[in-house]
Amino acid sequence: MKTVDLCDVKKIVQRYRDKKGVLIPLLQEIQSEYGFVPEESVNVISKELGIFPVEIYGILTFYAQFYLVPRGKYTIRVCQGTACYIMGGKEILDHISNKLGVEVDGTTNDGLFSLERVACLGCCGMGPVVVVGEDFHGRCTIQEGEKILEEYRVKGTE
Amino acid sequence: MTTKIFVCMGTSGISSGAEEVVRIFEQELEKHNVIDTCKIVRTGDRGLFRDVLVDIITPKLGRITYEYIKPENVPQIVEEHILGETPVKKFQAGEDYQQFFADQKRIVLSNCGEIDPENIEEYIASRGYDALKKIFAITPDQIIESVEKSGLKGRGGAGFSTGLKWKFCKNAQGNPKYIVCNADEGDPGAFMDRSILEGDPHSVIEGMIIAGYAIGATQGVVYCRAEYPLAIKRLNKAISQAKEKGFLGANILGNNFSFDITIAQGAGAFVCGEETALLASIEGRRGMPKPKPPFPAQQGLWGKPTVINNVETFANVRHIIMHGAEWFSSVGTQNSKGTKVFALAGKIKNTGLAEVPMGTTIRQLIYGPGGGMVRKKIGFKAVQMGGPSGGCLPESLLDIPIDYESLNRTGAIMGSGGIIIMDQKTCMVDVARYFLAFTVEESCGKCVPCRIGLKRMLEVLEEITAGRGKEEHLDFLQEMGESIKETALCGLGNTAPNPVLTTLKYFKDEYIAHIKEKKCPAGVCVDLLKFEVIQEKCVKCGQCYKVCPVGAVEWKKKEYAAINKEKCTKCKSCIMACEFGAIE
Repeated sequence: MKTVDLCDVKKIVQRYRDKKGVLIPLLQEIQSEYGFVPEESVNVISKELGIFPVEIYGILTFYAQFYLVPRGKYTIRVCQGTACYIMGGKEILDHISNKLGVEVDGTTNDGLFSLERVACLGCCGMGPVVVVGEDFHGRCTIQEGEKILEEYRVKGTE
Repeated sequence: MTTKIFVCMGTSGISSGAEEVVRIFEQELEKHNVIDTCKIVRTGDRGLFRDVLVDIITPKLGRITYEYIKPENVPQIVEEHILGETPVKKFQAGEDYQQFFADQKRIVLSNCGEIDPENIEEYIASRGYDALKKIFAITPDQIIESVEKSGLKGRGGAGFSTGLKWKFCKNAQGNPKYIVCNADEGDPGAFMDRSILEGDPHSVIEGMIIAGYAIGATQGVVYCRAEYPLAIKRLNKAISQAKEKGFLGANILGNNFSFDITIAQGAGAFVCGEETALLASIEGRRGMPKPKPPFPAQQGLWGKPTVINNVETFANVRHIIMHGAEWFSSVGTQNSKGTKVFALAGKIKNTGLAEVPMGTTIRQLIYGPGGGMVRKKIGFKAVQMGGPSGGCLPESLLDIPIDYESLNRTGAIMGSGGIIIMDQKTCMVDVARYFLAFTVEESCGKCVPCRIGLKRMLEVLEEITAGRGKEEHLDFLQEMGESIKETALCGLGNTAPNPVLTTLKYFKDEYIAHIKEKKCPAGVCVDLLKFEVIQEKCVKCGQCYKVCPVGAVEWKKKEYAAINKEKCTKCKSCIMACEFGAIE
């Protein structure tokens, strides 16, 4: 495994020193810097802020938003809110999972796509919703889902 | 400025290309040399998903609404409407649009879609911060009394009196005190808080400042879920603009009162919508609920007295202060006052946010603003209210008024106001399974009833939907559901069995069909489907052929469809598309 350059982690941690309730925003900032929370950063936080690693892992594994391994170039999130679910969101998720050959929360071997289910994106009137990166695709069907995948596959390998 | 152009730019507007629509408007107005007489207003969502929605106001034509506008439609609109002063009929919003707004009473949503949420001047022009200016002439106790008398109850789910909550907190021992806004809108099917934060963030900020003044707090925190990046961005912007104007910060408007607001971002945990879990999360810990009492009003954030209210609750406050408690309580029913914003979604024609007076019936909501079922041939089956804590109600209960008490009696709840309409193609056993799968996934794991009890219920539901159900399963679900209701630690665990208990109560036939006949009447549970075309019902329309993503449906004009089982992946696209129930 590649070693991670921890300079940025140290810089970020300094800014959270002597404040209370910092763990979640601190980890969020590290994740937005690296795309995931590198294992080595846990030790840095622990040493610098005097927080037990077990507490940090407690946070990292409790909240769905944190990743301990690198993600694909594009994260595909298929909404499984009630409205999206009854409008066929589950079938779209299953189909994309099949097509990519990855389980939910997995990443394709080429590192292009990570697949996630999301509880509700609050866009119920546009259901079923598929989000790739930051782009929302509303009123999706399985066929459109395939088109979207293809679009990003082309874009991602250019 | 003689012409105003409103473009809806909430999450749904932007995802439908609103940015590009605005860009083309600017380009076209420039090209025709009329940009100086036109003003483009980037508003939040108006509540109806018909994006991109564009309103144009001119002196001669008044206000005209266009729906489903794409960037390529803009040049025609500019030429014909703005230059030629003739509306473009084919893009104009039709009767459905009018019907959606006709029976609404918009108080909380009054600014959504009407002002630019990123420009504080527009909020001020709509009487924004007038309530704040008013409070310094009265005492904190008078504010609390007014809110209590108005009858405002928490809009996040539990429905506790807001005024009482404030009073308890003001009288509680401990300093400093905190104001927390719960913007962790996690109930699948609810999106009113997102729309309010995106469309009118200052109304929430103003409500929080007033609450702070009333209870003697100087610090407020908005806990917003990370899934709402646009809401967080606009809230941040609104906070800094309010500070510049002196509505937030030290010595607000020159008075001896200081108040500041920060934002805490959630990290993807449904349970954090529960108030004690939410506080734990702000403190940087795992979001796990605590037993109550002590209530947050006594010991909340950092162990200090804390008022936690939902976004919609805070957004109501300024209207109560401005127009008085009596005005507010004149709307609604005897015990449920004011309006409530509902998020309509599912198999309904008009999906979106409808704000109606408390006491409106569910039927009025569905067939009024909602416009009725989207596919009339496939009739209404059930309405799901209150998300994973709520329940599914049948047609026979549609005429009950929407208020806290009436809904509780049915086994559903008001909840945050998410309403999902389901048609005959929705399987109620599967819906119950869906909600339990959700709560099992999101259970924090602290208490046994929720962690293990719900899991056992889910396993049984999975057996039933897979065609391995037994009759004794129904008694088990009932008994387990009731005991979890009584014994789980927090509000989420207590209410998690509701989707199962209500479907058992109102849709028992469907459970029995799954168990005895091994059939899923709605055609949803894959293991109980044969994927065969019933020729007596098939009208040879070819819809199934068109939607099949793997080419498994064989069909030619004027011939019956047939399904090639070797190619079929059982995705059910054909079953969902068939309006005649011809595939089983």
